[in-house]
Amino acid sequence: MGLNGIQIFKLTPKKNCKECGCPTCMAFSMKVAQGALKIEQCPHMSDDAIAQLSEATAPPMKTIKIGTGDGEFTLGGETVLFRHEKTFVSKTRYAVTLCTCMDDAAVDAKLAEIPKVDYERIGERMYTELVYVNCGEGADAAVYTALVKKAATLGRTLILGVTDPEIAKAALAEVGASKPVLNGANASNYAEMSAVATAAGVVLGVSGADLNELYDTVAAIEKLGNKNLILDVTGADVKATFANAVQVRRASLKDQDRTFGYPSIINVAKLAKGDAHMQAALTSLFTMKYGSIIVMEQMTYAEALPVYGLRQNVFTDPQKPMKVEPGIYPLNGGDENSLVVTTVDFALTYFVVSGELERSGVPLNLVINDAGGLSVLTSWAAGKFSSGSIAKFITENVEPKIKCRKLLIPGKVAVLKGDLEAKLPGWEIIVGPREAVQLVKFLKEM
Amino acid sequence: MPFNQKLQKFTGKTNTVEIGSGDKTVKIGGNSTYPFYSFDAPTENTAKVGVEISDMGLEGLADGIKAYYEGCTTMADIAKKAAAMEGADFVALLLEGGDPNGEDKSVDELIAIVKEVADAVDCPLVVEGCKNVEKDAELLPKVADVLQGRNVLILAEKEENYKAIGAAAGLAYNQVVGAESAVDINLANQLNVVTTQLGVNAQKIVMNVGSACAGYGYEYVVSTMDRIKGAALGQNDNMLQMPIITPVASETWGVKEASASEADMPEWGSVDERGIDMEIMTAAADLAAGSDAVILRHPASVKTISEMIKALA
Repeated sequence: MGLNGIQIFKLTPKKNCKECGCPTCMAFSMKVAQGALKIEQCPHMSDDAIAQLSEATAPPMKTIKIGTGDGEFTLGGETVLFRHEKTFVSKTRYAVTLCTCMDDAAVDAKLAEIPKVDYERIGERMYTELVYVNCGEGADAAVYTALVKKAATLGRTLILGVTDPEIAKAALAEVGASKPVLNGANASNYAEMSAVATAAGVVLGVSGADLNELYDTVAAIEKLGNKNLILDVTGADVKATFANAVQVRRASLKDQDRTFGYPSIINVAKLAKGDAHMQAALTSLFTMKYGSIIVMEQMTYAEALPVYGLRQNVFTDPQKPMKVEPGIYPLNGGDENSLVVTTVDFALTYFVVSGELERSGVPLNLVINDAGGLSVLTSWAAGKFSSGSIAKFITENVEPKIKCRKLLIPGKVAVLKGDLEAKLPGWEIIVGPREAVQLVKFLKEM
Repeated sequence: MPFNQKLQKFTGKTNTVEIGSGDKTVKIGGNSTYPFYSFDAPTENTAKVGVEISDMGLEGLADGIKAYYEGCTTMADIAKKAAAMEGADFVALLLEGGDPNGEDKSVDELIAIVKEVADAVDCPLVVEGCKNVEKDAELLPKVADVLQGRNVLILAEKEENYKAIGAAAGLAYNQVVGAESAVDINLANQLNVVTTQLGVNAQKIVMNVGSACAGYGYEYVVSTMDRIKGAALGQNDNMLQMPIITPVASETWGVKEASASEADMPEWGSVDERGIDMEIMTAAADLAAGSDAVILRHPASVKTISEMIKALA
C-alpha cells in the first residue's frame, strides 16, 4: 500500500530546510515511509502532495466512530486477518434488536432485559453496547420514531434499521445528536439515504443483494463524497453471510481493495430465525470471522458469559498479557480467619486457580500481587514472583486485614518456602500442588 | 465495476483420515481452504461432531445431559443413546475414571467398559484416556489391542508417552493415533515428527493441538490453529497437515460460568442454558479456527453445531 521513501521524496520541496527536524528531505522521506513521522510535519509540502500521500498511506480499512460520550465506539481500522500477525484493534460490538413488528409488551420486556447483563471481567465492562431498532414493513414515521425514542431511553447507542429516507430523517431528527448508525442504504435508495446520513452527520450502513451489488453501491456512495460507512454483509443464509464477511474483510486487508475497507454489520437474529442456540453458535462464528457489529435477538447471561470471554481473548493484544488487579479476593465466603492462598496476576492463571478454589468450597482469601502478568514459573524466573515481592505484599496489604497466618503457595515455587518463612515470621507456609486441577483434592484433605 | 473476487488457492491440503470400520465410517480433513471457506474451493469433508460419554456413567453430568440418558442403566445403554443423538457422527468414550488422582480404576476394569461400549455401537469410536501420562501409557495400548479391526481414534499420545501409545495404536494394532500437544505450533509439529519417525503412517494421525474454554486463554487456541492451518495450506508443511480434533466438552462443563448453581448466581439464569451456550460457542469458535472435529456432550449442542456445519457446507 504505502509509498516508499523515494516516491515520497519526489513529492517533497527538496529544500533541505531542516524545519521538520531531519537533516535532509531524503532523510525525512525515509522516516515517513517507515511511519516514524507524518507527512504534515513538513511545512512546505503542497496540499496536493499531502492529499496524494495521505490517500496512498491511508490504512486499507477505515476506522469508523459511532455514538457519543460513553457510548462512542470505534469500529474497523484492522490491519491483519489473523490475530497472531499483529493484533486486532477494534473489538466486536453487540446489538439487541427491537422491531416495530413487536407489540409494546415485548418491547418493554426486552428493554428491561438489556441492562440486566452488565458486569466486569478482567477490567472490562461487559454489556450490550448497542440497540438495533428495525423498521418493519408497513410502519410509518410516527410509529418508528416512537419506538426509536423509547429505545433511546436506555442510553445505548442505536442502530436505525430503516430503508425509507423520509422515515430515517424523522427518526434522526429525534436522536441524530447521539450519532446512531443509519443502516438502510441499498442499490435503489443510496443517494437519498446518503444525503440523510450526511446531513445528520451519522454513519451509513450499506447492504446489497450480493457482493457485486454491495461493491457497486459502496463505490457510488463514495463518489457522492460519503466515506462514513458500515457494510451490512448479512446475506440470504448463513453460508452466504459467512462468505460475504470473510471476502469483504479479505479484499480490504489482503488485496488492498479500499471500496470494501469498512467495518461490517452481521444480523445473526435474522439468520438464526428464533433458534437461540443457533444464534449462540453464529455469534461465536462471526466474532471469530469478521463481524464488527453483531445484531442479536437477545443477550442473556447464557450468551454473554461465553461470548464476552471469547471476545476478550480474541481481541487481546498478543504483546500485552491480560492481568488481574492486585488485591485480596475472598472466595467461598472467606473472611479474616480464612486461609490465604497466593498465585500470580496472569489472567489465565487467576481464572483457572480461582475456578478450582471455588469448586473446593473451602472459604479462603486469594491474594494476587503484581507479577508482571506472567505465569507462575515465568514470573518466578523473571524475579517478579519472589519471596521478597510476596512477603512485601503480605506485610503491607494482607496482615492489616487478615488474621489467619497460613499461606498456601503454588507447588511450582516450592523453593520459596524457606525464604518466605524467614521473611514472614509467624506465618505457616504451605506448599500447594503443582497443578490447579489438584487444588480441590488438596484443600479438602488439608 | 463489479467486485474483483480473488480466490485464495493453496497448494497444500490437509490429510483425509478415516475413523471407524465397515460401512459406518467418518472422514475428517482433506480440505485445501481455511475452515468453511467453501467459496475458495469445494469442501471435501465437512467437520464432524462426536458425542462424549464417560466410564463414570452419568455421574457428575449436568442435569440437562442426564435427562437425555434417562433410563440408561448400563454403559451399553448410554453408548447406544449417544450414537443415536441427532447430529452425532461418532461416539467418544472418555476413560476419566482411570486418573490415579481421581477414581483410579484399574486398567482391566476400564477395558471391560471399552469392550461393552464397542460391542454396543457400530459407529466410529474415539477413546480418550484419563490424561495422566503414565496411566495412559499403560491403558491406551490395551484399548488399541482389544479394539483391533475397529479403526478407532486413540486420544491421545503426548510428548511424554508417544512411544508407548503411538507404537501400539499406530503400528501394532493399526488404529488412528491422536497426538496431543499444548497450544503451540512447534510442539504439535515436533510430536508429529517423532511419531512418524516411529514408523506411524502420517495419514493415520489426528492432532489435538490443545483446547480451552472461551474466555480462558482461548487466544492461544485461535492463534495455534490459525498458524497450523496457514502452514499446512500455505507452506505445504506435511508435518502439520493432520486433521485437528478438539475435545470441547471436557473444557467447558467445568468452568464457573457453566456450572455455578442458580442458587449461587441467581442473576445468571438457567444453568442448563449457560452450559449449553458455553459448549456451543466454544465449539463454533474451534471450528472457525480450524478443528475438523469437535467432541461435545449436550444433545442441544450436538444438534446445533451439526446444523451450523451443514448450513455452512
